[in-house]
Amino acid sequence: MKKGPKETEEGARRLSRRAMLLGSAQAAIVATLGARMASMQVEQADTFRMLAEENRINIGLIPPARGLVYDINGVVLADNEQHYSITMTREGAGNVDEVLARLDRIIALEPERLEKAREELKARSPFVPVTVAERISWEDVARVTVNAPALPGVVAELGRSRIYPQGSDMAHVVGYVGPVSDYDLSQIDDQDPLLQIPRFQIGKTMVENRLERELRGTAGTKRVEVNAAGRVMRELDRVEGIPGADVQLTVDARLQNYIQARLDGESAAAVVIDVTNGDVVGIGSAPSYDPNVFVTGISTTLWNELNERDVETRLHRRPLAAKTVQGTYPPGSTFKMVTALAALEDGQIEADDTVRCVGHTDVFDVRFHCWRRSGHGNMNLNESLKQSCDVYYYDIAQRVGIDKIAAMGRKLGLGERHELPMSAIRSGLMPDKAWKREERGEDWRIGDTVNASIGQGYVSTSPLQLAVMTARIATGRAVKPRLVRSIDGIEEPSGAGESLGLNENNLRRIRAAMYDVSNHSRGTAYRTRIAAQEYRMAGKTGTSQVRRITADERARGVTRNSDLPWNRRDHALFVSFAPADNPKYAVAVVVEHGGGGSTAAAPIARDVMLQALYGGTPPLSAYPSASRGAIQAQQRRLEPLLREIRPGRDTDEA
Amino acid sequence: MSYLAYQFKDVPVGFRKLLYLNWPVVFLITAVSGFGFLMLYSVAGGSMNPWVTPQVQRFGLGLAVMVSMAMVPIWFWRNMAVVGYLLALVLLVAVDIIGVERNGSQRWLDLRFMDFQPSEMMKITLIMLLAAYYDWLPLSKVSKPVWILVPLLFIAAPAYLVLSQPDLGTTILLVSGGGAIMFLAGVHWAYFATVIGGVIGLVTAVFQSRGTAWQVLKDYQYRRIDTFLDPTQDPLGAGYHITQAKIALGSGGWTGRGYMQGTQSRLNFLPEKHTDFIFTTLAEEFGFIGAFGLLILYALIIIFCVQSAVTNKDRFASLITMGVAVTFFLFFSVNMAMVMGLAPVVGVPLPLVSYGGSAMLVLMVAFGLVQSAHVHKPR
Repeated sequence: MKKGPKETEEGARRLSRRAMLLGSAQAAIVATLGARMASMQVEQADTFRMLAEENRINIGLIPPARGLVYDINGVVLADNEQHYSITMTREGAGNVDEVLARLDRIIALEPERLEKAREELKARSPFVPVTVAERISWEDVARVTVNAPALPGVVAELGRSRIYPQGSDMAHVVGYVGPVSDYDLSQIDDQDPLLQIPRFQIGKTMVENRLERELRGTAGTKRVEVNAAGRVMRELDRVEGIPGADVQLTVDARLQNYIQARLDGESAAAVVIDVTNGDVVGIGSAPSYDPNVFVTGISTTLWNELNERDVETRLHRRPLAAKTVQGTYPPGSTFKMVTALAALEDGQIEADDTVRCVGHTDVFDVRFHCWRRSGHGNMNLNESLKQSCDVYYYDIAQRVGIDKIAAMGRKLGLGERHELPMSAIRSGLMPDKAWKREERGEDWRIGDTVNASIGQGYVSTSPLQLAVMTARIATGRAVKPRLVRSIDGIEEPSGAGESLGLNENNLRRIRAAMYDVSNHSRGTAYRTRIAAQEYRMAGKTGTSQVRRITADERARGVTRNSDLPWNRRDHALFVSFAPADNPKYAVAVVVEHGGGGSTAAAPIARDVMLQALYGGTPPLSAYPSASRGAIQAQQRRLEPLLREIRPGRDTDEA
Repeated sequence: MSYLAYQFKDVPVGFRKLLYLNWPVVFLITAVSGFGFLMLYSVAGGSMNPWVTPQVQRFGLGLAVMVSMAMVPIWFWRNMAVVGYLLALVLLVAVDIIGVERNGSQRWLDLRFMDFQPSEMMKITLIMLLAAYYDWLPLSKVSKPVWILVPLLFIAAPAYLVLSQPDLGTTILLVSGGGAIMFLAGVHWAYFATVIGGVIGLVTAVFQSRGTAWQVLKDYQYRRIDTFLDPTQDPLGAGYHITQAKIALGSGGWTGRGYMQGTQSRLNFLPEKHTDFIFTTLAEEFGFIGAFGLLILYALIIIFCVQSAVTNKDRFASLITMGVAVTFFLFFSVNMAMVMGLAPVVGVPLPLVSYGGSAMLVLMVAFGLVQSAHVHKPR
């Protein structure tokens, strides 16, 4: 386009003007940059020089202190222990291999750990400290410190690690922590940067695992200066993390200790529930294991041993299983209260109605035996429960029907997964017609009802469920088990529960019969009664079959438990509550393959009950005079297994 | 004014042109590049490899290109503007389709003997096109909306392509450089006021809406902007580098630790120590004197360019000189502000100092245009 000379001149003038304007703006920016340089390099030079010359800044996470776990009296169940470990950073070390070799000469390192550390040092960011040795002695710390100039990047650090002062007593309740693994990371959806810390400890099982979020806390950050040798000179600033919440359990460590001692040598489980509020005060499983061996990583040998990997020496005692919630057993005769209560509530029987026991019942062409082959004669409710007559229950169960029995079982807490913060809790089975049709694709048969009426067949229950059932019978309320009393001082809701809406008269009859089981001379648990008047106990024995007695065996006459191999013997069960007139505790004991409920399980339940009621070793006068001698011997035998447990830090605000 | 209108006797011919080069700029460029060689030698741990040798070769090549371009009359370059721009645009589209991807962004074309970044070429051709456009456009139409729309499209097309590579730093340079030419050409200041006001308003609105029911961006997008603006919020990621860069820079003090004595860069604390963060090493080793000296050298280059532009009666020549100066200024000021913690980290190299073939050659081509404009000044 044509332009006049005037326009050209005006354009040039405007361009010059704007160029100068832009130039001034640029000058201003250059001045700003220069000023910034001057401020950083002249004014703050000393600060930066100090940071750079002798010291460098490291930014690290501060793992929060994991919350402690207490028992109901403030006894520490899971504690944090301080220990020294050796860490190393790649940027500090420079030549990693050389420094590691030198370190190895100064303090002997485990070759396995050394290899691992070398890998980690290669894989992680240069400023991430990698643990080279853990739980080292004070002498080694001193040796490393003295040789610091030759060990750039190597730091002895005070760390925290979990310790379980109660050892194996609490393993099945509190569980254990362990170093976070790649498998853990793939399984949990958790963005917490703490999990990226190598060997950071997280809960692996039980309370430690289920309450991981509460116990873990939140990470803090710190910026530290380290000198050229990698030694921490000072902390620049620190944002403290939030320590994990303390958890108080309802378990009584002293009672738990007694339970584990009393169960020692058996493969058994015992649960004690405070019926007034649902608190699980004792929940023991034997055999147990020491959770402390898991904290730093367990050896393969021990792991295989605990898992009973060796087929030859396998005992089938499953030390890693918490049988209290993970084991399910046919409840046997301890189920009879459910059948009786269902019949009473349904109005099918009166308590005084009798059934004649001739030692067996025929249902169509199948014969069901009573445990006493000679028969019990005429049985009413009280007598049938007292003497544990089977035929009575075969009869009334057919009148009520399985669905109503199952409904009663569920009402009393059977077949239900009670949500405690424990791992792999099993719900057992309270079968009914619908269940069998759905799961087995078969119709329910009357024979199934007959089997279920005495807690055999498809019925299976965990010791925890049996304790809940007993607590509910004792109170008539829907007692809900509670394992955690408070988290961070905040009390969890009570498990006292609402009324079950059962006829109090019916319940009273059942309780009276259970009282007679233990206190009437014809009762199956008479020999293991509590003699102390104020603590009289009500209970029920149970012996549940784990096998069918084959016709061949019967012909040969092998029906005695003691003649069978251990793992084919009957389970022994006992449920009880006491004091009978004003219930405080419900106890359920299952002894795997223990034989008879009255001989194997009832004595344990009685002893545990007395411990709970007396809050310590009961006087001999609490026992029937006939057994005092034996009890004294037993107490002496258990004494070395019992530890003195004193409340530590008390968290109970109230 | 068409070049035919020039009086030939006033324009030097043949080798006499060499005498009319803007020699101060040549010396300054050489000085700055020399600084660069020193630093590359230092960060390589006192070695010509792997950076110094190729950098020197490219500088030599660049110098030759610059002088050769200076010999060609400036009106030739004006006539090349449209062709050059279109070529660069086509190459940018090509990069999008067949480009080589590195570090998550697709910026390079594989030319067998070297990798080529069309976005670098676009920096110059965009300025050329805009300068030619405003040389052609009568002054009376400069501020008419229709005639403003055209250069806006010229800027927007490559800016969009570069941003999608993604390369935020180059995009900022393109838009700012283009805007600067429009400003110099005399577009009414009210337009700039509106745009700047609008941007400020928009940014304020976006941030004000945060946390309210009608917030514009998603929460995580806000968080990303936060760490972008303030890397110290991410102390183990982006913030780590900035912290280390500031320590290196600040610890230089007045006179620095001495050549090849910088501990921070030597201990691999610094990222990109031979490219975007090379200034920190320079500042650590030569101190405030060295860093400020470099800043002065840069400023002098700008001053000589502005002086040349203001005294040049040819409108295209003036605009192209100023455009190159502004782009050059943006390069070093954004880089320095970035490593000093004044601006977010956006991957802009330090011109003539940072290691990089395309960037070096493109700058020398740009200065070739400046030299041509200077030599062929109507006298």
